[in-house]
Order: sequence, then C-alpha cells, then structure tokens
Amino acid sequence: MDAMAIVSIFVLAVFVGFEVVSKVSSTLHTPLMSGANAIHGVILVGAIIVADHSETTLELSLSVAAIILATINMIGGFVVTDRMLEMFKGNKKGADK
Amino acid sequence: MNRTMYDLIGLAAGVCFILALKGLSHPKTARRGNLIGALGATIATLVVFAYNAPLNNLGWIVGAIAVGSLIGVPAARRVQMTQMPQLVALFNGVGGGAAALVAIVEYLALGDGASTAVVIFTVFTVVVGCVSFSGSIITFLKLQELMTTRPVVFPGGRFVIAATLAAVLGVSGWVVVALGTTPLLILAALSLLFGVLFVLPVGGADVPIVISLLNAFTGLTVAASGYVLDSTLLIIAGTLVGASGTILTRLMADAMGRSLFGTLFGAFTAKPQDAAAAGEERPVRSGSPDDVAILLNYARRVVIVPGFGLAVAQAQHTVRELADLMISKGIDVAYGIHPVAGRMPGHMNVLLAEANVPYDQLAEMDEVNPTFGQTDVAIVIGANDVVNPAAQTTPGCPIYGMPILEVSNSANVIFLKRSMRPGFAGIENELLYDPKTMLLFGDAKASLTKVVSALKAL
Repeated sequence: MDAMAIVSIFVLAVFVGFEVVSKVSSTLHTPLMSGANAIHGVILVGAIIVADHSETTLELSLSVAAIILATINMIGGFVVTDRMLEMFKGNKKGADK
Repeated sequence: MNRTMYDLIGLAAGVCFILALKGLSHPKTARRGNLIGALGATIATLVVFAYNAPLNNLGWIVGAIAVGSLIGVPAARRVQMTQMPQLVALFNGVGGGAAALVAIVEYLALGDGASTAVVIFTVFTVVVGCVSFSGSIITFLKLQELMTTRPVVFPGGRFVIAATLAAVLGVSGWVVVALGTTPLLILAALSLLFGVLFVLPVGGADVPIVISLLNAFTGLTVAASGYVLDSTLLIIAGTLVGASGTILTRLMADAMGRSLFGTLFGAFTAKPQDAAAAGEERPVRSGSPDDVAILLNYARRVVIVPGFGLAVAQAQHTVRELADLMISKGIDVAYGIHPVAGRMPGHMNVLLAEANVPYDQLAEMDEVNPTFGQTDVAIVIGANDVVNPAAQTTPGCPIYGMPILEVSNSANVIFLKRSMRPGFAGIENELLYDPKTMLLFGDAKASLTKVVSALKAL
C-alpha cells in the first residue's frame, strides 16, 4: 500500500474517532471505554496472520501466546461490555439524555 | 478469495467498528452498538481464515483461540460489578501485549528484509504495547488493592523515569540502525519497566483516567501493527480506538476537574500530606440505625450519595428499598450521582440501574448541587473523596480542584462507613468531624437493612 493512502486512512480514522465519541454522557464513559477496548482485540487478526507464516518454534510459540492474549481481549471485552450494558435495559424511560 | 474481496470485507468490519463506537455513545443504542462491534470482530476473524486458507499451523491457531475464549469468557461472565474496571484494565493490558508479540514475531520473520519504515513501526508497536501491558497490570493491582492505592513515589523517582525513557528512546534508535533480535528484546524489557514506573506514581482516584489512556495507547499499537502487516482493517480499528480513547480520556479528566497533565505527572509535585497525621484521634459523632431512621422520618428532602462502598456491599437493592419506603412516606428522594463515584465514571448509574432504580431519580452533580441548601438529610453511602470539601479548600491535596457533591450544605449529613479509613485517594475528610455529621459504622447493606426496619417501625 502506498504511503499516501495509509496517511489518508489514518487521518480520516482519527477524525471519525474524535467525532463519534465527542458528546458522550459520563454515564457511558466506562462501557464506551470497555467497548473500544474490545475493538482493539481485533489484533487477533494480526496474531493469526503471523501464526500462519511462523516457521521456527520460537515464532510459533510467540504467535500462539499472542492469539491467546488477543482472544481474551476481544471476546472477554465484548462480553464484559454487554454485561455492563445489560443493566440499562428496562430503563428506557428518560434514558436518552 | 481474492485480495479485493478480502479488503472489502475488512472495510465492512471497519464500518461496524465505527457504528459500534457511535452506538456506545448513547444509552438507547449502547447495547446494540456493542453487538455490532462484536459482529465486526467476528467477520474480521473469519475472513482471515478464508483468505489465507489453508492456514499453516491451523491446529495451533484454533487451539489458542479456544484457550483464550476459555479464559476470557468465564472471567467476563463471573466478574462482579465492583471488579469490572480492573478486568477492563487487564483485558486492555493483554491486548497491548498481543500487539507487541505480533510485532516481534513479524520482525523475527522478516529478518534483514524489513524496510526502515516497517522497523520504525515495529519499534513503536513493541514499545507502546509493552508500556500498555505492564502499566495495565499495575492499574489492575491498584484497583484490586493487591498493592497500595496511593501514589508510589521514591526519592529520585523522576530521574529514574527520565533515565528509563531516555534508554527506551536510545535503544529504539539502536534497533532501527543496527537491526537484530537482541536489541529488540532489550527494548521490550525496558518498555515493560517504563510502563511500571509510569503508572506507579498515579494516585488511586486517577487510575481510571490512566486505564483510558493506556486503552488509547493499545489502539495506536494495533494501528501501527496494521502498517507492519499490511492490513487496512487493523489500521482503521486501531486508529479509531486510539482517537476515541484519547477524547474519552480527556472527557474523564474533565469530569474529575483534572488536567490530563496534572493527573499523569501530579505525583511528582505532590507534597506529603500532614493533615492526615494531625487528624487522628479526633472525636466523631456516631449514631445508631434508629437515630438515622428518626432523622429520615422527619425529613422533607433526602439526597442519597452512593459510592464505592455501596458497590462493595452489593447494597443497591437495599438502598432502593429505603428510597421507596421514604417516597411512600411522602419524602422527596433523589440520588446524587458524582460522575466518578465508585471506581469508574458511570459506575453508580450501572449499579443502581441493576436494582431498577428509576432513571429520573438519578440526579447528576450539576443538577443536585444547588439543591443541597434545601436538603434536610444527605446520606453518603460508602463514598468519601467525592464529597470531601478538601477538594475545594485545601490547595495541594491530591484531589484539589475536583468538583464535589456539596453535601456539607445540607442540614444533616449521614455517613455510612465501614471504618474511619480514608477514601481511595487516601485523604482525610474534614466533613466526618463536622458537628452536623452522624456516622453509622458497619457494612453498608447491613446498616441499610437495619435503617429500613427501624423506619418501618416508626
């Protein structure tokens, strides 16, 4: 990929990231952080890619460790966020402040 | 599957992540937002399997994912509400660790074939990923109270930190110029050390801000590893988390009335607290559950201020029972919610929502503060720092400048506390010695239950 495309993607993603969370109520700070935390668990994709082309035992063991850690981050992150948000259900009245 | 298809599906996953963050910003759509995020992550994972099929080491990969799920899911399912913040910290840390490992493996595989740009991004990923990993572990230990929650400062600490940072930067340069596995591993070790030193001086009450910052750090490492691995999806997802995490960190710091700079480097300038030593052995007024019930019975307006103690005692249902009872007696009841009461912003809202406390009874700090003048009784349940007047009166104390719930303006203040131990920030609370303050010692749930039955009997 050429450098300019990468810079463009990066800059646009920065602005989207700023924009989507700029007006969040303090009630949702923790679930939002937890959800964002789960999203970066997508490093699992990277861990799988490096495991795929691991040739030495060292590379493979480090990749396997990376996959385990990334899976904990991703799956655990989404589950714990869902549990936090579960508490909000049944409170629809006035919840959209 | 061809590359275009792979990239398009990756792009769809990226869009899912944007929608997820957007959804998580509003109470109504938050849960759906999280599920959309999970969908995006699932798509991203499956498409990697399909595009690279047949994968080498497939058994190892699937096995590792199974192991990770077996650790992560039960941990997330079983954790108590009170311990969620440290679990998030831990999940963030392992994510940072995973990114660092990915970069190291890729570096080993590329050998001398790596371009300078790739090496620079690899170095960035390893450094920031390791800092995020070890820093998150320290925040976990602090929140779990496995180590002291106070700032850990030692003589010459700032020089040690500066020296470590200089060493990290120096070795980074060395890796870029000289290449080689040994310097990279030295760099990883130094970065782990720096992460520990970076978080140690942060005081207990500021830990959530640091977790949020480390979360943004991990996002950036994921973006950098996306460059190394030529994955647009990782660049998009990582940058999104890095950017939104930075904004969120600022919002959290604002909610606590702290500058980000002051939070991260406050411990360097903090003076030792001598007020705490002088405050020992002073008389306090403690009452019985009956005394509390009588005060409440004749009140017209009561504000309940919940804190971490409520969460620890799992007393959210009992507090609701008390509130309902008072409302049935015609007493005006509101919950005063400090944005950072508990261990995390929004902690109290989540906890009270679990007990089905109606949303309209929850008043945010700005709404409730002007009403304390007309409030007969403020009940502080397991909160301390968020009502500590020292935040307004004692320049130089660690929480100075943090907005507080001004319960001292109400006619009576009742503290439900386990002991005279200071709050999470470790600062003495003058309000406890105020003549209009009554203390009810004991576990919050047990105390509240007694107050409820005493109030019913009146």
